[in-house]
Amino acid sequence: MTTRIGVITFPGTLDDVDAARAIRYSGAEAVALWHGDADLKDVDAVVLPGGFSYGDYLRCGAIANLSPVMSVLVPAALEGLPVLGICNGFQVLCEAHLLPGALTRNQTLHFVCRDQQLTVADTTSAWTNAYDVGQVITVPVKNGEGCYQADDATLDELERTGRVVVRYHDLNPNGSRRDIAGIRNERGNVVGLMPHPEHAIDDLTGPSSDGLGFFTSILTTLVGQGVLA
Amino acid sequence: MSRPVDTVETAAATPDLAQPFAELGLKPDEYQRIRDILGRRPTSGELAMYSVMWSEHCSYKSSKVHLAQFGRKTPKNDVLMVGIGENAGVVDIGDGWAATFKAESHNHPSYVEPYQGAATGVGGIVRDILAMGARPVAVMDSLRFGPADALDTARVLPGVVAGVGGYGNCLGLPNIGGEVAFDATYLGNPLVNALCVGVMRHEDVHLAKATGVGNKVILYGAATGGDGIGGVSVLASETFDADGPAKRPSVQVGDPFMEKLLIEATLEMFAAHLVEGIQDLGGAGLSCATSELASAGSGGMHVELDLVPLRDSTLSPEEILMSESQERMCAIVTPDNVDAVLAICDKWGVQATVIGEVTEGSTLVITWHDEVIVQVPPRTVAHDGPVYERPFTRPAAQDELAASSTTALPRPTTGADLKRDLLALLATANIGDKSWVTDQYDRYVRGNTVLAQPDDAGVVRVDEATGRGVALALDGNGRFAQLDPYVGTQLALAEAYRNVAVTGAIPIAVTNCLNFGSPEDAGVMWQFEQAVTGLADAALELGTPVTGGNVSFYNQTGDTAILPTPVIGVLGVIDDVERRTPLRYRNDGELIYLLGETHDELDGSAWAAELHGHLGGVPPRVDLRHEKVLGEILVAASRDGMASAAHDVSDGGVAVALTEMALRSDVGLRFWAPDGIDPFVFLFSESSGRALVVVARSEELRFSEMCAARGVAAYRIGVVDSGLATEHDVAPGTQVLEMTGQFAVALADLRSAHQSAFQRIVA
Repeated sequence: MTTRIGVITFPGTLDDVDAARAIRYSGAEAVALWHGDADLKDVDAVVLPGGFSYGDYLRCGAIANLSPVMSVLVPAALEGLPVLGICNGFQVLCEAHLLPGALTRNQTLHFVCRDQQLTVADTTSAWTNAYDVGQVITVPVKNGEGCYQADDATLDELERTGRVVVRYHDLNPNGSRRDIAGIRNERGNVVGLMPHPEHAIDDLTGPSSDGLGFFTSILTTLVGQGVLA
Repeated sequence: MSRPVDTVETAAATPDLAQPFAELGLKPDEYQRIRDILGRRPTSGELAMYSVMWSEHCSYKSSKVHLAQFGRKTPKNDVLMVGIGENAGVVDIGDGWAATFKAESHNHPSYVEPYQGAATGVGGIVRDILAMGARPVAVMDSLRFGPADALDTARVLPGVVAGVGGYGNCLGLPNIGGEVAFDATYLGNPLVNALCVGVMRHEDVHLAKATGVGNKVILYGAATGGDGIGGVSVLASETFDADGPAKRPSVQVGDPFMEKLLIEATLEMFAAHLVEGIQDLGGAGLSCATSELASAGSGGMHVELDLVPLRDSTLSPEEILMSESQERMCAIVTPDNVDAVLAICDKWGVQATVIGEVTEGSTLVITWHDEVIVQVPPRTVAHDGPVYERPFTRPAAQDELAASSTTALPRPTTGADLKRDLLALLATANIGDKSWVTDQYDRYVRGNTVLAQPDDAGVVRVDEATGRGVALALDGNGRFAQLDPYVGTQLALAEAYRNVAVTGAIPIAVTNCLNFGSPEDAGVMWQFEQAVTGLADAALELGTPVTGGNVSFYNQTGDTAILPTPVIGVLGVIDDVERRTPLRYRNDGELIYLLGETHDELDGSAWAAELHGHLGGVPPRVDLRHEKVLGEILVAASRDGMASAAHDVSDGGVAVALTEMALRSDVGLRFWAPDGIDPFVFLFSESSGRALVVVARSEELRFSEMCAARGVAAYRIGVVDSGLATEHDVAPGTQVLEMTGQFAVALADLRSAHQSAFQRIVA
């Protein structure tokens, strides 16, 4: 049986085709999910891709969080459904309080698109077990509001419990506190990333194929959970 | 109390009513011509329509007689599927795929309001591509600003860049390249030219025509507001005066989120075969869309203007006709399909309204609460505008300019001086690293970008199954065009053609954005006539049809026009993007070849302009037969796996081209001038028809034999070498660019010079 991974399209989502391609490259089946349908179509995991849902005209991700699909996604995630939010998807997960903190305007006040080096800090999550702790990978970042913010107590707690998943390595492109590029929830099934691993799945269209590991990780996780025979 | 509406009936009854045609930009004889066409005075609504549609921007009234050459000089091949006249030309790119691409200027709005001006420039060209039936797949931009250190550049440049990025990023189209240049004449006249490319299957080509009596006219997208009223005619057709009225309200405001929804909804309609004809609303808004759709069909159409959804309920019918509110499209749909179209729009959250239908006869009738306010033959609005044969004369100063060559300028002779000039050139805004700009653009979205800036051309995969893709380059050189607009335009085309070929793609078609001063100046008109003739002649010789284009006049402040700036776009096809040739070399020991001859051609060069403030003489010679053969060699080198990297030689000559390759690769190289060539000329001459090709040693024989067989000079001028640090006084492991017997310089020093200009601009 093929693993089925859902990709949610909100109005203004842009990287859904890329996320679906990355899922296919990893060997799974990508299933299109629509923001207006409160239906996860029995998928084994869900990706919230990047883009500008609702134009980012309010707080990024704020309106998308109110959509029907989120009304079923949030309880499923709380019960353990693996969820990966990339860029705008990360912002939606923060708005949904599945992850702590918020993404704010880049310190430079400019949108930035660059090939970014990241250090993998946690490999226990559902989406990062293909990597080694300390491994440096190159994955594009592209965001205008990617500056991760949380209060000191939250940051201390994230670090103490190993919930920082990736950090910016060669430089911090947006001013994120403690160089945080991605985090997970306590259970490890929900991960939010500002960088775009779906844009690093081969050397032809990306700076590397380093990003594919996020998508192969979830297959390993699902096999381990016995979801897949 | 509502305003009285000027109906056709009242117009007939009040023939002598004074009308503000001059304020709307119409000349007395143009106004008279409208009266002659209609046999009465126009209503205020008709006057609004004619005035925007007969403006320079919409009617091409000063350029039409010259642009006709593109049709007369079309190469005899079957690449062209849809030619000039539609929203954008369409070309066959093989395997049943078609591509459509076009560039458009948004110069004046970008001066008034840099962010929105640039943003809506991107939005407009994307809708043109969408209207052909294509999915837009990438954008590019060609930008020109005043001097880098001018105060107004600090206002305009960041706004324009943020606008191009803000719109394109939110829309989800990768920005794959373009150019950024600076010159004093662009101060007060920045150029913002945006290009979009889209792809579709052959059978999906759509046209802007309203046929089939009883078919419905559906307006969908954003509601109509007061923005951009008169934007086209007021902004694009007049020179800025220091004491003129504030023109800010004429600039449109963009909503890229709505445009993204519009794209997805429209593509879904196309996929379900629901659309008979389609037109985007850009300049001149509904006036343009209704008159063009109707005149391309049998002519009959009835539009109920009061059904148009409004953002501002106080708008008059004339304002609704002229509004340039963005993100709107107009589709012609059979009655059976109306519900399906409305359902798709509803799914995407896009407002859609049936505002009229195709009718018998050949008259466009527009009503306002059942009263007829427009009753015109649509062709007279859309196509039969005035055509001017404006006088053109070669300016007297042109001879003086040609005589003022660079021969008197002091040329560096020692290695130290050559190195000094190279570093100085790299530190200028024109030659400097543009990543401050391009890092604000998403080049990855949609996952098909194979090459993007700083590569010579952008390359986008079209078909994942086969790897078929398109390459695009956009080039202009105002200095060469100033020295000789005929040759200068051909040089721009040759450069764009070469940039496409460098990546391994076969150049097949041409588009253009022609930016000039006032057509009422006979000298400017001569530049324009020469540029168009040069482009048409060269496109014919290269076998690449001109598929469309755009003209922007009145780019001048007072009597000072911009450098004539024809920006030329070339589209190429690559059958498998896996074999693309990048700018970056990777393998130590590979050989660097220079193809083409280097002559003593420094007039108009970056070296003369940037280091000596000199512009004069004659531009480099252009040899199109040679360009074609060079292109074939570059494509063959890619196809047969002979080239591991390549780069066009243009601004700043071989010196800058080699530096760009080394910096991109982050690996040093050693090079030398071929026997008999002066080192300075070798480094800084801008002779055309040249490219650098990096060749593995195992391929050297095959490569040089191929060049010899085709009669193209190939000089082995260098080698990739990461180990030069030991021979020079630099830290071990440092990468070095060395010109044998002349100078050596660490890549770190080249890089810091290269990045310094933009660091100063944005500081």
